[in-house]
Amino acid sequence: MATTSPQAERPPLWRDLRVLKVLAQVVAVGAAAVLVYVVWFNLTNNLAARGLSLGFDFLDEPFGVPVAGSDFSPGSAIWRALIVGLQNTFALVVVGLPLVTVVGVLVGIGRLSTNWLVAKASGFYVEALRNTPPLLVIFFAFNAVILQLPQIAEPIDLFGLVIINNRFIAVASLSNVEGSGVFWAVAAVALFLAVIVWVWRSRRFDRIGSPHHRVVWSLGVLVGIVLAAYLALGGPVEISHPELEGRVLTGGISGLAAYFAMLAALVLYTASHVAEIVRGSILAVPKGQTEAANALALSGFQRLRHVVLPQAMRIAIPPVISQYLNYTKNTSLGIAVGYTEFTLIAFQAIGNGQPAPQLILLVMLGYLAFSLVISALVNMLNRRLQFVTR
Amino acid sequence: MTAGLDERLSAPGQPVPPAKRTVQWSRENLFGSWSDTLLTLVFGALIIWVTVSLARFVLDADFTIVRRNLTTFMVGRFPRDELWRPWLATGLIGVMIGVVIGSATATARDKAIEAGLPYRESTMRDALRRFWPLLALIGVALAFTRTFLPFVLTIVVFAVSALARSAGLHFPAGVRRRIWVIALALLLGAYLALSAFGGRGWDEWGGLHLNLFLTVAGILLAFPIGILFALGRRSSLPALRWVSVTYIEFVRGVPLITLLLFGAFALGFVLPADLRPGVITRMLVAITLFEAAYVAEVVRGGLQSVHPGQVEAGQALGLSPWRVTRRIVLPQALRNTIPAMVGQFISLWKDTTLVAVLGILDLLEASRVVNTQPDFLGQGLFAITLGFAGLVFWVVSYTMSREARRLERKLGVGER
Repeated sequence: MATTSPQAERPPLWRDLRVLKVLAQVVAVGAAAVLVYVVWFNLTNNLAARGLSLGFDFLDEPFGVPVAGSDFSPGSAIWRALIVGLQNTFALVVVGLPLVTVVGVLVGIGRLSTNWLVAKASGFYVEALRNTPPLLVIFFAFNAVILQLPQIAEPIDLFGLVIINNRFIAVASLSNVEGSGVFWAVAAVALFLAVIVWVWRSRRFDRIGSPHHRVVWSLGVLVGIVLAAYLALGGPVEISHPELEGRVLTGGISGLAAYFAMLAALVLYTASHVAEIVRGSILAVPKGQTEAANALALSGFQRLRHVVLPQAMRIAIPPVISQYLNYTKNTSLGIAVGYTEFTLIAFQAIGNGQPAPQLILLVMLGYLAFSLVISALVNMLNRRLQFVTR
Repeated sequence: MTAGLDERLSAPGQPVPPAKRTVQWSRENLFGSWSDTLLTLVFGALIIWVTVSLARFVLDADFTIVRRNLTTFMVGRFPRDELWRPWLATGLIGVMIGVVIGSATATARDKAIEAGLPYRESTMRDALRRFWPLLALIGVALAFTRTFLPFVLTIVVFAVSALARSAGLHFPAGVRRRIWVIALALLLGAYLALSAFGGRGWDEWGGLHLNLFLTVAGILLAFPIGILFALGRRSSLPALRWVSVTYIEFVRGVPLITLLLFGAFALGFVLPADLRPGVITRMLVAITLFEAAYVAEVVRGGLQSVHPGQVEAGQALGLSPWRVTRRIVLPQALRNTIPAMVGQFISLWKDTTLVAVLGILDLLEASRVVNTQPDFLGQGLFAITLGFAGLVFWVVSYTMSREARRLERKLGVGER
């Protein structure tokens, strides 16, 4: 490479880096292409030998079995069942991730508490859960806790508000009667107004520095309007109590036992990892920041809320999001306790003789799309949250 | 908290009587303020409640189900009249561990003497402090045995590894450098002890033994593939880079269970029609494919930790790109990945339980299905069996993660 004149002799072909570079790429792409070809060749032959098609037409065929906990009829198409599965996966994700965050942050702060008992108890929880296989936690929650609850014939009934047995848990909910539409519209407007009040109080605080009391103001607006509307409309919504007649449940909202087992197990497991991240991020905030906060005579809570946590959050976000993704991927373990999420629906379809390669590819692409979208969002968020230096 | 600060400032270096020290300590750490006191009371009550109910559970429980199924937990359905095979394999692996530890100790000692640094031989007490959870676990397992033989055999295994360790200490330096050949030979020997001459291949293994096999084999197989993908991802050649990135990101974006389903139900479709590997082989393929992507990311982290000046120095010496990678970059990069690789090992150890979903009788599945035996059906003994399996998984992960942290400190990763 150290030649100076263009006429200098080039090395022989097999030692010429330029040639070798092209060659290496051709070999790599060629190997990948051959692999894909072999896989494709075997796939078409094997599918044909079993009388299965290569396309995705089978998605229109009837699914054939009911889906627990939904009004899905067995005659509906497979793709509809997959959508029900996706909804069930999201039901776990949407409820679980906020819980994971709350538990994880509390335990993470707890591990650094100056209170010896709190620190030890948090540490014990983290070490116990973090080193246990998630599937074992799920089995434990399902088989050793939920299934040991009373049978449906003699359920636990808490004041008619909650019914607990080993098939489902039902909670009282709001139900609509005549005139509910108006009430909900007013409630939506009240929420909107509360947000505006919040922003107004914050801006005012930024401008003139007098106490904002934005929580009190916003909540006051929200509760006041909703309460006034409720009284003015003469009780437009009612509480629907869950009631058991024999084995039929009416009223309230209910979730299957498997759902609560999955939720509890995954939240507890993932929160132990989030707690470790939170702890590490708080420790990563420079010590001078804490000392500066102490010098300003901020209280312990103020120091955490206004100085340490905002900085720790920047450090914690990427790894915490990756834990969120792990949580989402772990919802696929619902297959082990019969919670009909995305993967279990595909698994059942395969069991009914539908072509496995396409179904598994479809499931993989579903999770992959979710992961990629979240990663893209995180990268955007990260760029916004980075400190702007120089 | 401020009270503690005052006291520390007021009397530096003055001895405090123990009783006063306890009071002072609890005032600082438990009863600093009214909110602190409240927290202490709430958490104290919680801890007492948990401890008492746990103790009552353990004392009241009837462990017959564990006692009767201990062999199933350990080796699954391995033929009961051939149990000498797993024991022989355990002994050989004990020899392997002993030899490797012995020779590594000797190498460390020689290096320290050569560099003129003080060297302290690690004692029995160090080993106890580091590995007491594992030893306690072995004790618990032995407490569930019904005959005396396992006791004797366990002691034999320990004695043999101790002998192997002292043999390893006296290996000449040339042999110690090639110790991995001996280790691999002993590992192969353990496999042959299980499978050769009428034994059982891994497609018929089960229990704890299967989890260990899947973890070790998965990491060993995924390691070289992962290095290739990591190098590919950092290559300046776009085709190599794109193939690697696509593979790594695809695998990392999907749950392991979908790859296991692929192994169980779809791998047969993409293989030639006359190739029909057993189900555990297919699981191993899926686990290797999965793990390779994660190992690749770990190795990539290691590669990034090598200063670019190292590569430039190699180029200045006129080394070929391959030699720069092989002789300069990889040795430094891989050394930096050791703690992260242990972490990867732990997560694979936990992930091997996922084969239970496909009905393969690993430790987790065994601890679940024994509850369907006629003697134990419907008695709600899941807490006992799953608790036992959980203890096994927990102890191994916990010990490994402590070792990883120790290695991290020792190697000083990120401090250079």
